[in-house]
Amino acid sequence: MTDHFIEDKTTKVTVAVDNTGAQKVDFNDLKSGGFIKQRQKDLFTVRLRCPGGRLSTEKLLEISKIAHKYSKKGVVHFSFRQSLEILYVDYKEFSNVVAELEKIGQKVASCGPRVRVPTACGGCEYNPNGLTDTQKMADMVDKTFFGTPTPHKFKTSFSGCPIDCARTKEMDMGFQGVVDPTWEEESCTGCTICSEACKEDAIASDPDTGKPIFDPVKCLFCGDCIRACPTEAWKPKRYGHIVRIGGKHGRHPMEAVEVCSFLPDEKVPEAIKMTIDWYNANGKRGERIGNALKRVGLDNYLKYMEPVFQNTAKAGA
Amino acid sequence: MSDSTIDLRGVMCPINFVKTKLKLEAMNPGEILEVILDSGDPIQNVPKSIKEEGHKIVEVKKEGDFFRLKVQRS
Repeated sequence: MTDHFIEDKTTKVTVAVDNTGAQKVDFNDLKSGGFIKQRQKDLFTVRLRCPGGRLSTEKLLEISKIAHKYSKKGVVHFSFRQSLEILYVDYKEFSNVVAELEKIGQKVASCGPRVRVPTACGGCEYNPNGLTDTQKMADMVDKTFFGTPTPHKFKTSFSGCPIDCARTKEMDMGFQGVVDPTWEEESCTGCTICSEACKEDAIASDPDTGKPIFDPVKCLFCGDCIRACPTEAWKPKRYGHIVRIGGKHGRHPMEAVEVCSFLPDEKVPEAIKMTIDWYNANGKRGERIGNALKRVGLDNYLKYMEPVFQNTAKAGA
Repeated sequence: MSDSTIDLRGVMCPINFVKTKLKLEAMNPGEILEVILDSGDPIQNVPKSIKEEGHKIVEVKKEGDFFRLKVQRS
């Protein structure tokens, strides 16, 4: 039984390793796993699956033992997508590495045309700016969608606030946390802290009363006013995600377009599922979703997504 | 009226917050600390951090380029 595939980017030859450790050549280069050929003969990088870039210290200790045992140079690398990579691993030892990783519950990541491991910032669990539980969402996406075949790679990320550390504008599909602020006149003392705290000039202070004059057009929905308000006159009305589609980096970077300005947590799985379905139905092999959207038209996608994105009124509305 | 005053003009984030926190910890619950903060980063950051610590901001006054806050120790 074949349980892993190895991608050789220079020759496009794929080697399959079976459970007994015996190797045979397989030309099915579609199903490549998280093994990346290095310059050095017979040596590969083993990419681990770390959704949101989070690992328990317990697991990290065990991974470091395995890395120390199998990396010919005794080094690991933090990938640009938050996965830990064990470098300089001999392909003849793949079965053993995978077996030892499996024992500690650590999976190998992927490359190739499929849904990749999601990335995420710290989110609202411990980051003071965080508005959404990005780690929980990344875990959900990893469990539900990881490895789903798509026409080309499909990268997702979750940022907990408009600072957007997880770079949702560069993802095939990105989710950025937002909060819709609401203001109650009765509890406001006109102290003007909110207008000082707002970095977007979306809140002016009334010259006589000091009370806020809110401009939703300028607002990024970051929640600074809510956190700064001493009397809880500014409150969170609802939390959600801005959804962005069609971004990428690489040789020809593209900026993602905003397709939904306020999607609640519970609608995220459906939005991803529908987007993957649209991409698989409309994308050509080897074409990223951003290019598919350009070719087929954003309207086509938006029409398809209407059942998910409808009734998600813009924040501040 | 305040029980104590701390002038943090010219003090950078997050040292201004740490100084406020230490000062408040040395006070008794319910006492009032007057905190003087610059506009810009300090007024954007320090009040929300004070709030997160559970203290209450009972008064805020803008005086030119700085702010005078009254904080009640939790």
